[in-house]
Amino acid sequence: MIRLVDICRTYDLGGNPVRALVDVTEEIASGEHLAIMGPSGSGKSTLLHVLGCLDRPDAGRYELDGRDVSALDDDALSLLRRHTIGFVFQSFHLVPRLTARENVELPMVFAGVPAAERRERAMAKLRAVGLEPRASHRPDQLSGGERQRVALARATVLEPKLLLADEPTGNLDGASGRHVLEILSRMNADGLTLVVVTHDPAVARRARRLIVLRDGHVVFRGSGEQIHEAVELLSTGDGEGDAAPAPGRP
Amino acid sequence: MTAGDVVGFAFRALRGHRLRTALSLLGVSIGVAAVITLTALGEGARRYVLAQFAAVGSNMVVVLPGRAETTGAMPGFGGTPRDLTLDDALAVARGVPGVDKAAPLVIGTETVAFGARRRQVAVAGSSHEMLEVRRLSVARGRFLPEQPWDRGAPVVVLGSKLAAELFPGAEPLGQVVRIGDWRMRVIGVTAPRGQQLGMDMDDVAIVPVATAMQMFDRSSLFRLLLQARSHHRLDTVKAATLKLLSERHGEEDVTVITQDAVLSAFDSILGALTRALGGLAAISLAVAGVGIMNVMLVSVSERTREIGLLKALGAGRRQVLAAFLAEAVLISSAGGVLGLALGFAAVQVLVAIFPALPASPPAWAVAAAFLMSVAVGAVFGVVPARRATRLDPVAALGGR
Repeated sequence: MIRLVDICRTYDLGGNPVRALVDVTEEIASGEHLAIMGPSGSGKSTLLHVLGCLDRPDAGRYELDGRDVSALDDDALSLLRRHTIGFVFQSFHLVPRLTARENVELPMVFAGVPAAERRERAMAKLRAVGLEPRASHRPDQLSGGERQRVALARATVLEPKLLLADEPTGNLDGASGRHVLEILSRMNADGLTLVVVTHDPAVARRARRLIVLRDGHVVFRGSGEQIHEAVELLSTGDGEGDAAPAPGRP
Repeated sequence: MTAGDVVGFAFRALRGHRLRTALSLLGVSIGVAAVITLTALGEGARRYVLAQFAAVGSNMVVVLPGRAETTGAMPGFGGTPRDLTLDDALAVARGVPGVDKAAPLVIGTETVAFGARRRQVAVAGSSHEMLEVRRLSVARGRFLPEQPWDRGAPVVVLGSKLAAELFPGAEPLGQVVRIGDWRMRVIGVTAPRGQQLGMDMDDVAIVPVATAMQMFDRSSLFRLLLQARSHHRLDTVKAATLKLLSERHGEEDVTVITQDAVLSAFDSILGALTRALGGLAAISLAVAGVGIMNVMLVSVSERTREIGLLKALGAGRRQVLAAFLAEAVLISSAGGVLGLALGFAAVQVLVAIFPALPASPPAWAVAAAFLMSVAVGAVFGVVPARRATRLDPVAALGGR
């Protein structure tokens, strides 16, 4: 579903170039569950933003569903985000003045879905994440876990193919976090491609596949079960600058 | 995203900042109310003046001594106009076709006294025809007698106010009043008429023109008032009068004006005044627009994360632009509606305080004020809305 080839992204930070992604080559299959780990500043959020078409790579090729999206203009990228990609953020990013249902309806508003249908679909999604009774509550009347579940409902209400989650449990207590992860796993089981950026080994462990980034390079590739190796790598600092071989490359 | 969605989204955003929204809205409404009130005042003044002229009669031609061009010259050096005599007036009344009525007019100021009660008023010397030419009516007694203009008589017709002041609770008819050194019998009292072209027709003493000329030692009339038979003969009456008097005087040394000319001059002057007042008030609308822009810029910087989110959710540039522009237009047009209500209320108060002034905002001012208020939001909302669309989604999500 996703093919990244030699993706580079360099930021200018106060006149100093910062190489956030260096020649990242990766393939993500449809329905896959991938976890991205790495220390702060390793480039994992940048990779997520590039995957979500919120950020453009400086070099390299990004194919989504067989289509090269590197050259698309802003409007085309908006359409792509609207219909193909869902986002879940660590800080939920709910619009505070809107109710849970209205927050879930938001992507459908931009997609031009008629009001009655919006309402119906939003309620169905809220029911799916166990929040139907809280539909008319505003974010400040919801717990952290509930807010993230609203965000999940919003991210998936237009039935995207790809869900990108940036530390989805980062602001949640254990029980709420587990609840959110269970919902994510269920969605993935239903065929949704899931990419999760996380610091949390417990979250990464659930993924079928795991990559570790350091200084913009992919330094580890493995399965979710290999989480201990990844954690060890992260704690020792090994592999710095020593990129793991990219899939499909000689 | 339908127009209803855009407005709904904007409305919710504004509701989240009630005080800020209310203050920007107030700015616009003050601007619109100022336009409505000031143009209503200007229009009121215009209507008042036009009504004054209409009350005098719409077919009037006025002859005054002296050419308009020669005024301002030093007296005694050729600038003194030749007299407009009673004979001139008679010649015009008899010799100019299309003249229905002619009334000579001499004006002076004198003290009118009855017993111990004295009052300094304008004394108008005229003839029986003045009753119709100046649209006066008699409340009691009769008006000046029909007699040759060159014959004086010791009679006076009092304005209603003057009669009430000199004869409180008493019958003035048949009484003898003193006007300066003259003793005059009161033969009539006019009905209340109010101000007429700056002259209080209720506080005036009207005497035969020959008497007034003697009283004030005048050889010239102040004005000769002519009433044309119909409106479309005004120009021919004017031309014929000018021709006849020029022949009599050997030169063109009188000024003949039709009421239409004066009316249209006043109309255009007061119309321009109204537009100028509206324009001045519109400046406050522009200031209100700057206020909206300020509030919207603050709103965009406060809602950076939200804008990032909207972009992440797939909102296109035009949708973000529309959402923020709609907020500005919503503030300004709501302010416009409130301003119209405030403006009309202020006009009502004005009319209650000054009942004589027919203050009412002209339709063009109402339409322009409202359309301007909407336009102010659209124009001053563009910069903040464009700023919102240009935000980088990644930076915006991070609150930068």
